[in-house]
Amino acid sequence: MNLSKFVFAVYPYIVLTVFVIGCWIRYDREQYTWKTDSTQLLSKGGMVFASNFFHIGILAIFAGHFAGLVLPHGLWLALGVSDMQHQWLAIIAGTVFGGMMLLGGLALWFRRLTNARVRAAGRGSDMFVLSWLMLTLLLGLATIPVSIGHANHGNPEVMLALANWVQSILTLNPQPELLDNVDSVFKTHLFFGMTVFLVFPFTRLVHVLTAPVNYLGRAYQIVRAKRRA
Amino acid sequence: MKIRAQFAMVFNLDKCIGCHTCSVTCKNVWSNRKGIEYAWFNNVESKPGIGYPKNWENQEKWQGGWTKLNGKLELKAGGKLKKIVQIFANPNMPEIDDYYEPFTYDYARLQNAPLSEAAPTARPVSQITGEKMDKITWGPNWEDDLAGEFEKRSKDSNFSNMEKEMYKQFENTFHLYLPRICNHCINPACVASCPSGAMYKREEDGIVVADQDRCRGWRMCISGCPYKKVFFNWESSKAEKCIGCYPRIESGLPTVCSESCVGRIRYNGIILYDADKMLDAASTDNEQDLYKAHLDLFVDPNDPKIIEQALADGVPQSWIDAAQKSPIYKMAVEWKIAFPLHPEFRTLPMIWYVPPLSPVQSQIDQKNLPTEADGVIPKASAMRLPVKYLANLLTAGKEEYIVSALNRLIAMRSYMRSVNVEGTPDIRPLTAAGIDEDTAKAMYRYLAIANYEDRFVIPTSHQEISLDDYHGFQGQNGFSFGNDSANGQSPFALFPERRTESMEPREPAPLAAKKK
Repeated sequence: MNLSKFVFAVYPYIVLTVFVIGCWIRYDREQYTWKTDSTQLLSKGGMVFASNFFHIGILAIFAGHFAGLVLPHGLWLALGVSDMQHQWLAIIAGTVFGGMMLLGGLALWFRRLTNARVRAAGRGSDMFVLSWLMLTLLLGLATIPVSIGHANHGNPEVMLALANWVQSILTLNPQPELLDNVDSVFKTHLFFGMTVFLVFPFTRLVHVLTAPVNYLGRAYQIVRAKRRA
Repeated sequence: MKIRAQFAMVFNLDKCIGCHTCSVTCKNVWSNRKGIEYAWFNNVESKPGIGYPKNWENQEKWQGGWTKLNGKLELKAGGKLKKIVQIFANPNMPEIDDYYEPFTYDYARLQNAPLSEAAPTARPVSQITGEKMDKITWGPNWEDDLAGEFEKRSKDSNFSNMEKEMYKQFENTFHLYLPRICNHCINPACVASCPSGAMYKREEDGIVVADQDRCRGWRMCISGCPYKKVFFNWESSKAEKCIGCYPRIESGLPTVCSESCVGRIRYNGIILYDADKMLDAASTDNEQDLYKAHLDLFVDPNDPKIIEQALADGVPQSWIDAAQKSPIYKMAVEWKIAFPLHPEFRTLPMIWYVPPLSPVQSQIDQKNLPTEADGVIPKASAMRLPVKYLANLLTAGKEEYIVSALNRLIAMRSYMRSVNVEGTPDIRPLTAAGIDEDTAKAMYRYLAIANYEDRFVIPTSHQEISLDDYHGFQGQNGFSFGNDSANGQSPFALFPERRTESMEPREPAPLAAKKK
């Protein structure tokens, strides 16, 4: 087995297994550790800009990747989005939201590095996970010029190869050979991106899974009785 | 009608001496851990002053509590959608410096400093970073006993609609202590603000608590509470607050702050209220009518119909008995001498306050002040404390309630003085204040003597009827670092451990330098 086969055919399953089982165990057994780990109390300045840009950026990027890579290709064609339109959409959205995340993330990164209180309260994993996300983002942004090159030649092959590979993984039919002709910057980005899901259950990232959407439908006041009514 | 029992307290400000025993016992029991060393579930403020955290009463700044929006009750900081939008960075969140940077001292230096001409000093050390601090510039009670310039203290929101400049002069200075804990509100804004549904009101006694396992640290309760009595534990990233000492209450003991109060100013008891009327009461149009609406929520525990309904709603008979003997009901409802703190926040708080008298004895002796008929006890309006200030604190600015309460307190004194000094009961002041002799005697017993069994009427909880499986909860009351319902704890932790880089509160002192 060569390295490429391991990283793009075996590693994804290791990542998914650890992600799903890790989150499951942590949610079940370690509720107390399931939290945002906010440091806004210790340093508030600039957080309205930094945290909002970072979070909106990263959530939009995740949604974009999900739409482009996981949703079936046929769906886009049925919606009347041609492959080239799809590619330009991805390039533009990636640039905008990637830029937002970059600005916000850099501000958070420097805050974590320079603010004495935040630094003292931060765990190693906080700095690691932020740095790893930023590296993944930088690699992702580095793919944009390559994608623009492809798009200028009217060539959606790489984009489709990436989407087909993701779907081959998710349909339990791994085809690492699909990535043979893909530029190495994409492959490196893929590795970094997959690793985010590997470390996910062990870091503060889990808080996104309990985003409080049900708050919108809830009554304001909560009274808990110990007995069943 | 839905009758619920509420654990409530009254603080008699007239007897508070500002000794901070309540704060210290509370801190030693509940908040001496890393992450909330800056948090005082109980604190005592010197008023007038901006308090702790800074300017907490100014809701234009903090946006805490509720407001009326288009005729509807709404969180002042905005509704649910706005909360979700602001979840990445809560714009109303206080910063640690709004409380104070927690500190300790480098005590070990006193023992292990090398021999020197000058005595060694123990410099302050930040309890967050562990670094030496140049200067401590703020603390949990920086304005103690009116410390600091009037200019700064007079930012106090309770001076609204008052000509405050005259109180700058020494002759006109006034002062009162304001002990504060979580108000265990009937309409808590912290519970309503919590996106994860971790904060809740206990059905059996109305105590408001934060579920440590369910809390995700979205920090909306911190800014939502207008009293700033929910704190963010920066170590655990969880909301922590006064738990009404519920493990003690369940056993029939008073809260630790009440038990340790040397002035015997704190009363603990049960009060019954109609939960169905809660929303209407909190939505009262005129904020000056909120106190009255709040009073109307309470029901008479001696009314047979109420008793029948309470039993049907699951209130145990022993709790109804306690509600009938409740010192809270007497002071708040029967005598009307206790008031909620800032009713205009619309949370229907359940810690009520008896306003303080402030006699000016030398002025009375010199016959400079108008007095009651006995020529000894001054009139309410002639006291040192401006009635308007007390009204801004306790009745949303409506002075007549405060004047009536002060008059009753004074009349009780005047009457008791006539009994004990003159030997002939004089009931003229009582009649003027609208109370009878029996009431005055009862007020004397509760306020002046304040026996333990009168101050604390706390029924034990009925775990056997309130729990499906009460054996299943054995050993789970009180404090833990979470996960206390999981049955396996291994020393190996797969998930984030406690913060190791910042300071631990009990770092062992280094050994003294060896003698040469």
